[in-house]
Amino acid sequence: MKLTKTLLATSALVMSAGAASAIDLTFVSWGGAYQKSQLEAYAKPYMEAHPDVNIIWDESSAEAVAKLRAMNEAGNLTWDLVDVDAADSFRLCDEGLAMEYDPDELLAPADDGTSASEDFGAQIVNACYIPQIVYSTTFGYRTDLVGDTPPSNICDVFDLEAYPGKRSLEKRPINNMEWALLCDGVAKEDIYDVLATDEGQQQALAKLGTIKDQVIWWSAGADTPQLLADGEVVMGSTYNGRLFSAIAEQNQPIGMLWDAQVFSFDGWVIPTGLPEDRLAVVKDFLFFATDTQRLADQAKYISYGPARASSAPLVGQHADLGIDMAPHMPTDPANAQNVFYYNFEFWADYRDDIDAKFQAWLAG
Amino acid sequence: MSDTTDTGPMRAADGTPLKKSLARALRRQKLRALALIAPLLIFVLVTFVVPIADMLFRSVENQIVSDTLPHTVRLLSSWDSSTGETPDEPVYAALAVDFQAASEEKNHTKLGTRLNYENPGLSSMFRKTGRGADDIGKASTKRFTDLDPAWKDGATWAALLGSDDWLADMAEWSKDDGRQPRFSPRAEAASALPMTSDVYTAFARVARTENKKSAVETKPWPVLYTALEQDLATASPESLSAVNGASAGLLQAAGAAVPGFEPISYKDAFIDIDKGWSEVDSWQTIQSYAARYTPGYFLNAVDLEKSPEGIQQRPEQQQIYLMLFWRTIWMSMLITFCCLVLGYPVAWILANLRASTANVLMILVLLPFWTSLLVRTSAWKVMLQQQGVINDILVWLGLVDDGSRLVLINNQFGTIVAMTHILLPFMILPLYSVMKTIPPTYLRAAKSLGATNWTAFWRVYFPQSVPGIGAGSILCYILAIGYYITPELVGGTQGVFISNRIAFHISSSLNWGLAAALGSILLGAVLLLYYVYDKIVGIDNVKLG
Repeated sequence: MKLTKTLLATSALVMSAGAASAIDLTFVSWGGAYQKSQLEAYAKPYMEAHPDVNIIWDESSAEAVAKLRAMNEAGNLTWDLVDVDAADSFRLCDEGLAMEYDPDELLAPADDGTSASEDFGAQIVNACYIPQIVYSTTFGYRTDLVGDTPPSNICDVFDLEAYPGKRSLEKRPINNMEWALLCDGVAKEDIYDVLATDEGQQQALAKLGTIKDQVIWWSAGADTPQLLADGEVVMGSTYNGRLFSAIAEQNQPIGMLWDAQVFSFDGWVIPTGLPEDRLAVVKDFLFFATDTQRLADQAKYISYGPARASSAPLVGQHADLGIDMAPHMPTDPANAQNVFYYNFEFWADYRDDIDAKFQAWLAG
Repeated sequence: MSDTTDTGPMRAADGTPLKKSLARALRRQKLRALALIAPLLIFVLVTFVVPIADMLFRSVENQIVSDTLPHTVRLLSSWDSSTGETPDEPVYAALAVDFQAASEEKNHTKLGTRLNYENPGLSSMFRKTGRGADDIGKASTKRFTDLDPAWKDGATWAALLGSDDWLADMAEWSKDDGRQPRFSPRAEAASALPMTSDVYTAFARVARTENKKSAVETKPWPVLYTALEQDLATASPESLSAVNGASAGLLQAAGAAVPGFEPISYKDAFIDIDKGWSEVDSWQTIQSYAARYTPGYFLNAVDLEKSPEGIQQRPEQQQIYLMLFWRTIWMSMLITFCCLVLGYPVAWILANLRASTANVLMILVLLPFWTSLLVRTSAWKVMLQQQGVINDILVWLGLVDDGSRLVLINNQFGTIVAMTHILLPFMILPLYSVMKTIPPTYLRAAKSLGATNWTAFWRVYFPQSVPGIGAGSILCYILAIGYYITPELVGGTQGVFISNRIAFHISSSLNWGLAAALGSILLGAVLLLYYVYDKIVGIDNVKLG
């Protein structure tokens, strides 16, 4: 009797230990330097502290919304945590594909005790979105191809006389339409009212039309740095982190044009329908990965601003180059003199409509 | 001959008519053959045909509107949008019920996304209304709970709307038993209080799916009070008194009190939350897309749209798909033609060289085939761009001025060059395998009979290579028509295909209905071309080897 009990207890123990040692979590991210920054700043430290957790990366963030929807329909969820653009998090939340959460319960408070919801502030753009970084879409230019007066104003992009040569712009209306209206004399605060009307959209397209035959349209974030490095374009828009790595890590003759940069956010969402045990591990990871120090650590590897207010003072030097990262952050006061914030509500409504017009205009 | 006719039908050894016995044997053989291919057939059906059919079906599917707003849609069908007036109060009251129920299950934002494809602005209107939806039911909730605190109880509602069987099952159920018993409504309550019964069915379903608490113990949704108040206002006293069960007394009392309640204007409530609800336009969209199946996606895919005046062309600045279909078709034809012109001589040389030399050359043909598509496409970028290899050489040779370098990429030319290169092996291989079977003696015979080189080729050799041309062309064309990565990378704005838009709608805009419609049309176009090819050339004339 006693023997059987001991045997049973031992086997139960072994089984539970076996179960605990075998948690593989699949995280979805963007690949490249950004995923590396996540790996170095929080995935590796977390795995060192929890040897029973193994994190596998899937570089599918660009198609995360479509894939999550397909997984949901098939009833076969294979992802545990997904890194998405804040705009995509709206759609995932709307479709019920991402889980709603309570910031103060899930996320760590700041070191001085400020609650997470206050520390992240407006960055928690919807009920499902767990913020990580602020990035910006802005312009870079070839320092050797722009003459003695480098561009300092967003409207220099539209000035073919002062800055002749090709430009690269993203092959979608978002950001381009705002810049076009701004440079066509629309006041910054009126832009979205104007852009909601058909005339406003035509006005923006007409302004873009003035440089249309000098534009190379990109669809991958790596295109513009490549085009700049090859001298194919004199200036082009892309994510600021891409430009930073071209300038600081690859020593390309590229300068930053921060004027009218568009701030946007990137963060995690938890897919709906995770089993309890996996959800518990994911929550534990998130608590760790979004605390003040971890978000500040991430800035050692990539020039994106930490989403927490309390992380900003902790931003230090680049992990390999040893240069100060603060001046390269889009949120640095010197860079953030004139910024746009990605207007999620507006683009959620008008994205498809304006995109149809934009694509027809491009193809015409 | 004549004597066989009067001996009757021929018989097999066992006496059955020979015809019958033969047919039986054949049938058995066929069944055996079918059983042999069954695994493959089932595999293809399950992994290929069914998913594709399901995807294409989305091009007409539109259940979401009537599933999410069932009561509203029913009342809205009699509304006349041409009066320029928004619908009457009862429609808003039904909306109050449907919308709250939808927001409990987070379905309202899905519907908003769906309707936003037709009318930009509805997405945020639905999201915003969802945030305010809880307030809509507050007034009714207060009225009932003031009347009798028992209305706060989940058990009151369960006893009122659930069948006796279900209540008995629920009383026995505990969380350890697994799933809750499936809800069945109380028949008298369902006929007296139709809307409330519908909402409670949804409520019980959600409690069952979440399976955390019994439906009887779960806090009732506020929308139940809204629905009950509306049902009681219209229910006849007889039907109410027919409702039995533990909550019958409460219901009688509430039924007597409801006529004394001041009517709630849900219209004002909705317009307070978002003024979009006061616009005829928003309602028109809901009404036009209320049907369970819609031609809307297909209309959109050919640059048409549904409007109150009937089907009409979309505004010129939004027309894009027809143009892209034409571009895809003619550019694919051009690419196929380029492949043929370049591939034919190569295949001819391969087929007529000594085997050892031919094998080396064959590896050269196949080599790009084994390289990643992205690598090959990127290599073309390096070659063709303005600061690229070809332009550099032309400038160095002095053929082109440094200031006016040729634009060879990010246009149609780029797409044609890169895709011709990528698809070339698909043309060469079938051509080669057909040419290999043409005996060289035929050409020699033709020449010895006095034909010139050209006549011998054109009259003797070429006709025999036509099956290879057919196979290669069909392969290249069908592959070209569905390409999207290469056009996306090197096509700029003028060199993109319809597949790029399909990919965009699948992965980016999530308008799967439109993507499915575009895909169906593309599939139809390919099948049509295949049919035409069969009529003109004959599909028997296609050989892969």
